[in-house]
Amino acid sequence: MFIKLAYKSLLNRKGSVLLTVLALTVSIFVLLAVEHIRYQARESFGNTVSGVDLIVGARTGSLNLLLYSVFRIGSPTNNISWDSYQAIASGKNIAWAVPIALGDSYQSYRVMGTTEDYFKHFSYGNKRQLQFASGEPFDGVFDVVLGFDVAKQLEHALGDKVILAHGIASTSFSLHDDRPFKVVGVLAPTGTPVDQTVHVSLQGIEAIHIGWRQGVKIPGSASSVEQLAQTELQPKSITAFMLGLKSRIATFRVQREINNYGREPLLSILPGVALSELWQMMAMFENTLRLISVFILFSALLGLSAMLLASIREREREVQLLRVLGAPPHFLFLLIELEALLISVVSTLLGISMLYLSLAIVGDVLVSNFGLHISTNILSQNNVLVLLWVACSTVIAAAIPSIGAYKSAQVTQIE
Amino acid sequence: MAINLQNVKFSYSEAPDKTVLNIRHWSVSPGEKVFVYGPSGGGKSTLLNLLSGMFRAHHGEVSILGERLDQMSNHQRDQFRANHIGYVFQQFNLIPYLDAIDNIQLAAHFSARKQQMLGDEIRELLSILDISSADWHKPTARLSIGQQQRVAIARALINKPELLIADEPSSSLDQQNRDNFMSLLMPLVDNYKITLLFVSHDMSLSQHFGRIEALSDINTSGETH
Repeated sequence: MFIKLAYKSLLNRKGSVLLTVLALTVSIFVLLAVEHIRYQARESFGNTVSGVDLIVGARTGSLNLLLYSVFRIGSPTNNISWDSYQAIASGKNIAWAVPIALGDSYQSYRVMGTTEDYFKHFSYGNKRQLQFASGEPFDGVFDVVLGFDVAKQLEHALGDKVILAHGIASTSFSLHDDRPFKVVGVLAPTGTPVDQTVHVSLQGIEAIHIGWRQGVKIPGSASSVEQLAQTELQPKSITAFMLGLKSRIATFRVQREINNYGREPLLSILPGVALSELWQMMAMFENTLRLISVFILFSALLGLSAMLLASIREREREVQLLRVLGAPPHFLFLLIELEALLISVVSTLLGISMLYLSLAIVGDVLVSNFGLHISTNILSQNNVLVLLWVACSTVIAAAIPSIGAYKSAQVTQIE
Repeated sequence: MAINLQNVKFSYSEAPDKTVLNIRHWSVSPGEKVFVYGPSGGGKSTLLNLLSGMFRAHHGEVSILGERLDQMSNHQRDQFRANHIGYVFQQFNLIPYLDAIDNIQLAAHFSARKQQMLGDEIRELLSILDISSADWHKPTARLSIGQQQRVAIARALINKPELLIADEPSSSLDQQNRDNFMSLLMPLVDNYKITLLFVSHDMSLSQHFGRIEALSDINTSGETH
């Protein structure tokens, strides 16, 4: 009866209640969206690389190195020589080393030159290794392994021919169209930037750049595949490399040695440390967003409070009637609180549906533009806590009109 | 005694020197039907607030059904009112957005009565009061004034109160509806053996009552000043 009374009284004031519900829905949507995307972004970024002890590149900022080597965001400042790579990779503490060469693209997806070891040693998430959805690692010079999203979006299957483009602009006019590659493998989805990467061998990268000078194709200098096979395809430089160590205790020593490497200015970073630096940078931005969303919720709750307070003025006769029926004043307090909670619950359900729909719609855009995998599983433990917090705030905000109703009930009398 | 007042004096806290109600002795026997008339401003509201336990008397004794309302806590008086007193106003007897059945259930909600058989009793009362079943599930705001006042009787009687206070219950009705209202109310009051206190300025209704009193005879606050 109690809930029915609250529910019907809200229905009786459809107009103002609906507007309040909408205001609260939008604010809960914003709050949940910020929390969910923030949480998922951390999860997604944090899961991108694991099992890699050090990443080495040309001397630059550690964030920059992390971003271009792992997240394929931004551009490398400089290359490092193959000799330096060889020297460091053969160090006594090094268990494995995987070189990477960046700079080309395929239909706006980044191309990464590497070795077969990459598929063996690179892992993501909780030490999960890369798996092949179909095919196998590249073997020949012109073999290519596609990330899951690349294959899916461009509808490529094993055996397809792909033509890489020079540079990383989405519309490149300088195509490596003299050297088509053949798809030999497609990786299983990982939820990391690997899904958006086109993997070729270092030799492949070398081969397509033969006859190029300063990023421009020199006409008439193309050589045949046969000629290429005889040419030494050893790369002279790479963009960065990843290291696995025999013992993690040696991590800092090896890092110091690389950073003090005499023949070339190098930088080595611990991916975890660089990631936490990234979070520190993001924290300010995140907290600003959270603060704004909390303020939006706060103002919506004030609106709810004002609406209920105004309603009590209109309901003086109702209060009087309920009192004469024997309702104690705290019944009126609870009635207004319940009305507020009903509005809040409806708004929460609407807000969740809105977020779910939005994620379903913009999810693909986030993946292809930012490599961000946002799950549509909104009701994480974190978000359930946020919703409980919203409910508590509703009760607190509604205390103002509820106390008003209580006082009005105390002084009401038969006239 | 259904109602027994002894040396009751009441003044509002805003004007403590002005006694609005002064009753030396006034009582109503169980089952009695009393018609009280008087001009507005004669302490009528104050008397009804005291009898229903909305106000607490600071001086004197207010006994209803043998219980001292003036010695009860606020909560006890609310509970007593829900269980033992039925009340019908001139208007706004019902929550306008609830239907007749819900309005009556709401009254039952606050009382200690058993909830079983409630539905049957509500339907029976509504039928006796000549509310057709087509109107049971309409918001009461959509019923005619005559229908609303009859639903109000059902609402007031659902908890089987010993005392029914009717505060100008028929003053907003036309002649035909007023007769209809009285002819339905009086047999119900007789059947349920309810003490009825009927307050009105419409003397033509006094013919239904065995005891007729002027408010000015009960309340002597005007004379003592």
